[in-house]
Amino acid sequence: MEHIITPKVEYVKLLDRYGKESTIGTLYLTATHLIYVEQDNHTRKETWVLHHHISSVEKLSLTVSGCPLLIHCKTFQRLHLLLPRERDTQDVYQSLIRLCQPVSEDELYAFLYNPNQTEAERRDGWDLIDMATDFSRMGLPNEFWDISSINSSYELCSTYPSLLGIPKTATVATVTGSAKFRSRGRLPALSYYHKDTKAAVCRCSQPLSGLSSRCVEDEQMLKCINDANPHCPFIYVVDTRPKLNAMANRAAGKGYENEENYPNIRFHFQGIDNIHVMRSSLQKLLELCALRSPTMSDYLVGLESSGWLRHIKSVMDAGVFLAKAVCDEGASVLVHCSDGWDRTAQVCSLACVLLDPYYRTIKGLMVLIEREWISFGHKFNHRCGHLEGNPKEVSPVFTQFVECVWHLCEQFPCAFQFNESYLLIIHDHVYACQYGNFIGNCQREQQEMRLRERTFSLWPYLLQNQAEFQNPLYKRATHNTVLRPSTLPLHFKFWCGMYNRYDKGMQPRQSVVNTLLALTLRHTQEQKTMTELQRQLAVVDGILPGPIGTVSLPPDQNGCPRTTPTTSFGQSNGDCTSVSTCAGGKEDSGLEMSSQKEAEGSSATEHELQTKTDKPVSMVTQKEKVTESL
Amino acid sequence: MEFAELIKTPRVDGVVLHRPFLPTVEGTLCLTGHHLILSSRQDNTEELWLLHANIDAIEKRFIGSLGTIIVKCKDLRIIQLDIPGMEECLNIANSIEALSTLDSVSLMYPFFYRPMFEVIEDGWNLFLPEEAFKELESMTDEWRLSEVNKDFSICPSYPALVTVPKDIDDDSLCKAATFRHGGRFPVLSYYHKKNGMVIMRASQPLTGTSGRRCKEDEKLINATLRAGKRGYIIDTRTIAVAQQAKARGGGFEQEANYPQWRRIHKAIERTNILQESLIKIVEACNDHSNSMDRWLSKLEASNWQSQVKEILTTACLAAQCIDREGASVLVHGTEGTDSTLQVTSLAQIILEPACRTVRGFQALVEREWLQAGHPFQQRCAQSAYSNEKLRSEAPVFLLFLDCVWQILRQFPCSFQFNEHFLVMLFEHTYASQFGTFLGTTAAERVKLKLSQKTVSLWSWVNRPQELERFLNPLYEPNSLVIWPSVAPQSLLLWEGVFLRWNRSTKCLDEAYEEMVHIIEYNKELQLKVNSLRRQLAELETEDALPQTP
Repeated sequence: MEHIITPKVEYVKLLDRYGKESTIGTLYLTATHLIYVEQDNHTRKETWVLHHHISSVEKLSLTVSGCPLLIHCKTFQRLHLLLPRERDTQDVYQSLIRLCQPVSEDELYAFLYNPNQTEAERRDGWDLIDMATDFSRMGLPNEFWDISSINSSYELCSTYPSLLGIPKTATVATVTGSAKFRSRGRLPALSYYHKDTKAAVCRCSQPLSGLSSRCVEDEQMLKCINDANPHCPFIYVVDTRPKLNAMANRAAGKGYENEENYPNIRFHFQGIDNIHVMRSSLQKLLELCALRSPTMSDYLVGLESSGWLRHIKSVMDAGVFLAKAVCDEGASVLVHCSDGWDRTAQVCSLACVLLDPYYRTIKGLMVLIEREWISFGHKFNHRCGHLEGNPKEVSPVFTQFVECVWHLCEQFPCAFQFNESYLLIIHDHVYACQYGNFIGNCQREQQEMRLRERTFSLWPYLLQNQAEFQNPLYKRATHNTVLRPSTLPLHFKFWCGMYNRYDKGMQPRQSVVNTLLALTLRHTQEQKTMTELQRQLAVVDGILPGPIGTVSLPPDQNGCPRTTPTTSFGQSNGDCTSVSTCAGGKEDSGLEMSSQKEAEGSSATEHELQTKTDKPVSMVTQKEKVTESL
Repeated sequence: MEFAELIKTPRVDGVVLHRPFLPTVEGTLCLTGHHLILSSRQDNTEELWLLHANIDAIEKRFIGSLGTIIVKCKDLRIIQLDIPGMEECLNIANSIEALSTLDSVSLMYPFFYRPMFEVIEDGWNLFLPEEAFKELESMTDEWRLSEVNKDFSICPSYPALVTVPKDIDDDSLCKAATFRHGGRFPVLSYYHKKNGMVIMRASQPLTGTSGRRCKEDEKLINATLRAGKRGYIIDTRTIAVAQQAKARGGGFEQEANYPQWRRIHKAIERTNILQESLIKIVEACNDHSNSMDRWLSKLEASNWQSQVKEILTTACLAAQCIDREGASVLVHGTEGTDSTLQVTSLAQIILEPACRTVRGFQALVEREWLQAGHPFQQRCAQSAYSNEKLRSEAPVFLLFLDCVWQILRQFPCSFQFNEHFLVMLFEHTYASQFGTFLGTTAAERVKLKLSQKTVSLWSWVNRPQELERFLNPLYEPNSLVIWPSVAPQSLLLWEGVFLRWNRSTKCLDEAYEEMVHIIEYNKELQLKVNSLRRQLAELETEDALPQTP
């Protein structure tokens, strides 16, 4: 709290994306949140922004109507506030700058947050996802693969998990030797085992081959991986980097495998760019998203020059390459990039989603993220900028993975158990630090911070609320095999629901998913009602003994109207700006129909979801209350 | 002329058909006067029936004696036929070329087509101007139905009956017509029940460089304004284009002469530019060798999405004037038969819930496009692949459908019809067994005796067994005005048309079926629960009876 100079500012204006005045309200700063409360006679609308979600705060130059403050969030929300006094603005600015960049881990929200769970519940929550279970689901250990605890004290590789899937034939000497020959000791280890073909996806970091070094143990290690797949005489080694980058690394004593030294490998580059390219690409994309009224050409040219979709396609292409190798050729694949914790994580996890329907379920995606990202040491602290640190370490690597999954959901609308909002809420929480899951850079750090004792796990919360993340169109039966997406450029589109998520006016005004979700929820109710009615009929008929006295009425006779009206679709009808701005002869004065604030009585379903039960996450996202004036 | 003269080889065996995402079919190729037919003569395999009128261009290639014809269709599909025998292949190719480019309307298939179904409700009589006027009369008495154009002499592209302000007599209409391009004097397009505001449409005024004026024209449009009210004139052209039009005798309304009106210029492109746009976007969609950058750059360069945005924006503007500003609107471009109709019809979709029903939309197409004189036959003579010199082809109506699809995507529960309905209309404007989109004007349709000699598309569509495919299972009548977003992020490429043949629809069809299933199941449950409740209630009253004294 010591960083909050002015906890409350009144008469603050919240401007819409066109910089036009929209509302007047009060701004509060709490230890964890920035809260903007807009209140007039009939409505009270609260916008809660977690400090951890703030990526930058800008003080714009003074205007006649006030002092503007522009807040950018990691969730791609933008708040444009106008404070009445310079003094307050400076205070708020300083507080936010400090609050959004905690210096030490102890300041992270997760260490304060308590969702009212007992210690037992906390423990069960952390035990919900367990790597050993996942290994056994894949069929490990088996005649070819072992689960090794060689890294249990993180001595072999400090950024790897304690349990590793290792070929049975690999000796301790081979494993340790190979680890020494790999960048940061990130040796080849099992990512995914494909039972049907006995092919494996393995991951590691780049070899320290330099211009001519070689390592017998590392060569042996790859041979062991090859031998572990009896059906295929070779393995693919996939370097996800562009060839040029990989070659540059050779000069620094790193590099890539020389096919001559490794028998039976087939080497491939995939050409995914590095974290710095991705960061600046996202920056360009976000600048595009923030344009006030771009023409279609501005937008398409900007989309192209941001390179964002090109990068997404490169990740997808690599994932598809892996899936095809495993599924069609029955070949094992070893994947690496430089350190093997960014591109490698993206590609391996995407391949898993393509190969195994389990990872397309709500629980399965958790398991996948837990394994490929958290335990294999994706540096969430650095990549998400949880703490004050080097801004060059920040990069939207995980965001890109989430987007790839979204593209698959679009191409295969019945293949996923979850819907878009599941991806969005996971993405929110990666940055929120409300739960302990995404804190730290690797498993060892997580243990050192004693996260399991001091914070709570996100996964149980998501499972409890899974009803709202269900994809009503999910049909597992017809999608129990590998997915074969098209990666033609024309099948990729801009993800408006992510990058312009808070520009509600740009989203479809009625949601098919929510409508269907409401229907499927009602199915369960109706089925219950039906059973109850049938029981009562049986009682009246005398087939079943009835309760003494009168027959009870159907339970919902007054609760649920007989001629049930179909669901409310939240018939908001959009809104439009006043025509007068563009009628004055100015031809192209920014007439945008999209500048809407929420139309009256907007999306009833959304409202219902938010008011139901206790929902700690509502602290994170924007919540909206419509209260009747008394 | 006999079609037989054009068909040297009516039949070839052993022809192989290749289509993207579908298995190849080997069979016998037959040419008839109007169709190319490929039949495998086996059970369970569908036959290909392709209207010659649907063929936009063909290419032939030879490898040895095996000929290949690539057939590019107006619905944007591309198929390949491998034909054994060079002579046969050449003959087939020549016949297709001749038969697909017949110029005479009376040789078109709709004049030969005999429906295999009984016409229960004749589409030709469904949407008569008299009926529409009756509805208007029930709301207001400020308008009348004029017969001034009954012999199509005042305005050849207008229907026989037009709705005009009550206080304006036919003589004034005749004079106003001489002041408007092609005689298209201002007429009523839409009456907004909520506040009595109207959309009118016309063509450009013939002011020329000398700044001519016409008292009757001024009086005519002023007659639509309530006392003290102002109106908006939306000129779909930029001010520069409108200025240039003066040199050719056209022009725009001068403020001085129309003081009660405020003019707004927009930038909807002319027809030849729209056609180029179509050609480019289709080319981009069919080229699968593109990198991401090249694809996005081609998409941008095609300008198709820009056209969609501009048209929708203009339509929103018109709708805003009516609903938000409470002001009447006059829309025109140059001829008043293209961009004008896009704007007036889309504004009605936004404003009027009835236009979002199947019948209402049909009535809109009939009223705002067919009777309003959009020259379908010229605009849809060629599509994106044709190598012929362009005449006046342009995807004006397709752009309108694209815009409707954009609104439908943003309001997926507010339309009674689905995307298939829009795609079907696109197909039938370019090639059809029905007479609905033949001819260029109402006058020409009368002359061709279409209503006697051909079947109306609506007669077929409105049969329950056909209609079922086109109904939106999510439809929930929405009585509100719906404002679509026109931000570039909100406007997507219409995959249902442009990527239709470049993707497998298996997964999308599956999703659609699942959606229908959920909704149907919901209805079923509802019925069951209600019937159980009734049964229970009945039993309870029966039980109760004996006890009552």
